[in-house]
Formats: sequence, C-alpha cells, structure tokens
Amino acid sequence: METKPKLLKYLDGLTLILFLIAIWMVLFYAPTEAVMGNVQRVFYFHVAAGWVGMLGFLVAAVVGVLYLRSGKRKYDIVGVAAVEVGLVFAFINIVSGSIWARPIWNTWWTWDPRLTTATVMELIYAAYLMLRQGIDDADRRARFGAVYVLLGFASVPLTFLSARLFRTIHPIVIGTNQSGSMGQFDMAPKMLQAFLFSLLTFTFIFVDILWHRVRLGLFAEKIEERKIKLGEEG
Amino acid sequence: MCQLLKTTAQEYDFSPTGLRPYLRAILAVVEKDLTAEMRSRELLSSMFVFALLVILIFNFALELDVTTRLTVTAGVLWVTFAFAGTLGLNRSMASEKDRGCLDGLLLAPVDRSAIFFGKMIGNLIFMLVVEIIVLPIYSVLYNTDLFSAGFLGVVLLGSIGYVVVGTLLATMAVQTRTRDVMLPILLFPVTIPLLIAAVKGSMGFLQGLEMEEIRPWLNLLISYDIIFLALAFMVFDYLVEE
Repeated sequence: METKPKLLKYLDGLTLILFLIAIWMVLFYAPTEAVMGNVQRVFYFHVAAGWVGMLGFLVAAVVGVLYLRSGKRKYDIVGVAAVEVGLVFAFINIVSGSIWARPIWNTWWTWDPRLTTATVMELIYAAYLMLRQGIDDADRRARFGAVYVLLGFASVPLTFLSARLFRTIHPIVIGTNQSGSMGQFDMAPKMLQAFLFSLLTFTFIFVDILWHRVRLGLFAEKIEERKIKLGEEG
Repeated sequence: MCQLLKTTAQEYDFSPTGLRPYLRAILAVVEKDLTAEMRSRELLSSMFVFALLVILIFNFALELDVTTRLTVTAGVLWVTFAFAGTLGLNRSMASEKDRGCLDGLLLAPVDRSAIFFGKMIGNLIFMLVVEIIVLPIYSVLYNTDLFSAGFLGVVLLGSIGYVVVGTLLATMAVQTRTRDVMLPILLFPVTIPLLIAAVKGSMGFLQGLEMEEIRPWLNLLISYDIIFLALAFMVFDYLVEE
C-alpha cells in the first residue's frame, strides 16, 4: 500500500488551518448584520457549500468527457469522487439555506429557482449513484455514468432558466437584484472578506477531500484487480 | 421481431455512407417497430389504458370542477403523458434487449446513431398516438376545448424532447440490474426543465394568454429539443458499445 503523498499531508494541514480561520472570521470577524442578526452568518458557508456542490458537478462533467474520449479508468474514479463530494456539499447548501430561510422568509422551503435547481441537481447526483449501483460491468458502469453526468450537466442550467421565468424571492448578493427578493443586504467590507475567505477555504476542502476519495477509489480498484488475480491462480 | 428485422434488412440496400442510406436505415428501424406493434399491440394498449387510469385518478384526487380545470388541465395532461411515456419507453427498449434484438440491430452495417433515431422516431409515434387518443377523451370527459394549434404545437415539442432523452436513458436503464425502476429515476430529474416549460406553455395557450407571455416557454422547449438531440447523437454510441 502506498503511503500518503507528502503534498496531500501538507494540504490536509493547510485546509484544517484555513477552516479554523474561516470559522473564526464567520463567527467573530464579520460584523453582525443589522436587520437579520446572527442568522445571516449562515450565508458564508451556505454559499461556499453551494459553490463546492456545483464544482463537483463541473469536475464530474469534464472528466466524463475525458473518460468517453480516452477510456482511461482514472477519469471514472475522479468522476465518482467528484459526484460523491458534490452530493454532500449540495446537501449542506440546501440544509443551511433552509435554516436561514425559516426566520427570514418565514418558511423552510419555497420553489424559488435556486432552491429548485439545487434540489434537481441533488436528484441527478443521487440518480447517478443509483445507476452505477445497478451495473456490474466496470466498463459499462463508467461509460453510462459519464453519459448521464453529461445529460445532467446540460439540463441543470435549463432547469435554472425555467424556474427563473417565475419571479424569485431569493436575494442575489452578487450582481443586480430583482425587486421582490426578501432578505437582501449589502456586504460590509469585513463581510465580503469573510465571504471570499469562506469560498477559498471550501475550495481547498473540496480539493482535499476529492484527492482522498480518488485515492480510495484507486485502492479499491487495486484490491479488485488482486482479487481477480487470486481467483485465477487459485 | 428478429425475423422481421432480417426481412426488412433484405429489402433495403444498406451501403455504409451517404445520407440516403442513413435515412433508409432509420426508416427500416421505424418500420420494424411499427410492424411489430401492429401485430402485438401490447405497447400502445398498455400506454393508453394506463393514461386513462391516471386521468381517472386525477379526477378524484383533484376534484376537477369547472374552476380548477382551467389551471390544472395542462399539469394533469403532462403528468399523464410523462408517466405513460415512461411505460412505453421502457417496454420498447426492454423487448429489444430481452430477445437479443438489440445485438442484431447493432450488427447491421449502419451508423449506430441511425438505430437511435429509428428507435426514437418509433417511440415518438407511439407517444403521439396515445396523446391523439387521450386528448379528445379528456376534452369530452371534462368539457374542455384542447384543440388549438398552439397547444398541439407545445404537445409536439414537449413529446420530442421527452422521447429523445427517454430513448437514450431507456437504452441505459434496460442494461442495469434494477431496470424497471431505473428509467423514471434517471429520466425525471433531467426532463424537469422540459416538463415545466411544456406545462407552462400549454397552460398559456389554454388560458388564452398573450403570445408575449408564452414565447419564453416555447423558446425553452425548442432549445431543450435541439440541445438534447445533438447530445443524443454524440453519446448514443457509448451506450451500446460492447
């Protein structure tokens, strides 16, 4: 068994430090929002988790294309890893958003474009994993997975668009805001710093966990190969 | 069905390149599906009866009285089409897989995408036939006028997109262990934008809204159809490769 690469060890440490700083920034450094109060602090990790959720999808789609073009197993392993990490972070995004929405919108849930899109993305992730579970042949599993991720990746922007045609109440903190959104606020400089730092931290967390998951996938593959070898010899 | 394939293959001259042989190959697959269906009628009849049952259940679930009818008709119809469509798509691909006909089709010296388009057009025809029968029945039962050109156009556009993605995913689903439940799980999340646009578009026409309000939904439907037709054309090879 290979030992953990040095770079990964450093990355683990760096990510942990960044995460601790991010928690401190979110809880103490950023000022309390005047109208919403402390619940607004959910926002920093909420958006960062959503960002990682989408990053997972993007990575999965890119390696999906690479897999279909080359047929190399490593791309498939990265693909599953990205989907699994993305699934978890998209879920964190949805739950933290709900926690914020309860006091601000006075409801846990509404069918706003972003919420709809996040849900559908989560469903596509889940369907992808179920699809893989139902296929025994490793080659076919990889091909079907790659194709399905591509289809999902093409449909998610359209889902957002279709839900966008309804009026939205989700605040758009970056970019122009539509009238009628609730829970809008302008970011003070310290808030913006905490927010950008959270995004950076979560990107590091994504890369770190993805790396670990890919290593796990490679190990699983090796074990599978050895089992087959043993079976042939025995 | 395999026997059928052989006879049609002899009738048509398949030379590997060029547009006309490509179209002939598509037509051959469509013709095979239609002939098989004409003889067995198992697909159309099951889709049709299922569609009727769904509408019946909605009648009791939603109390389709005069006032609610206007707002929910489009939704009820599209849910019915989507469910009946899933049933047909699964059956159509499963029968290919079960009797080894898919392998036979793949052995034919034609571009694989021709097989996809053949299956897709066959499925589209089945879906449209069911819709053509269900719409007048719904119209009669609930005393709603459904026959405007715009509404039928939306039905056509929506069905095309649904069948394109459905045929692709059904090809996948029948090759998995859990194939009976797999298709809806794979298909519905991906077709959500299509279904939203189809429901909104048809509701717009039924309620007689201004064209200005309906156009975005039509644009969305057309974009969806084009994007996924192109994608299907590109990826179908990977789904049947052995």
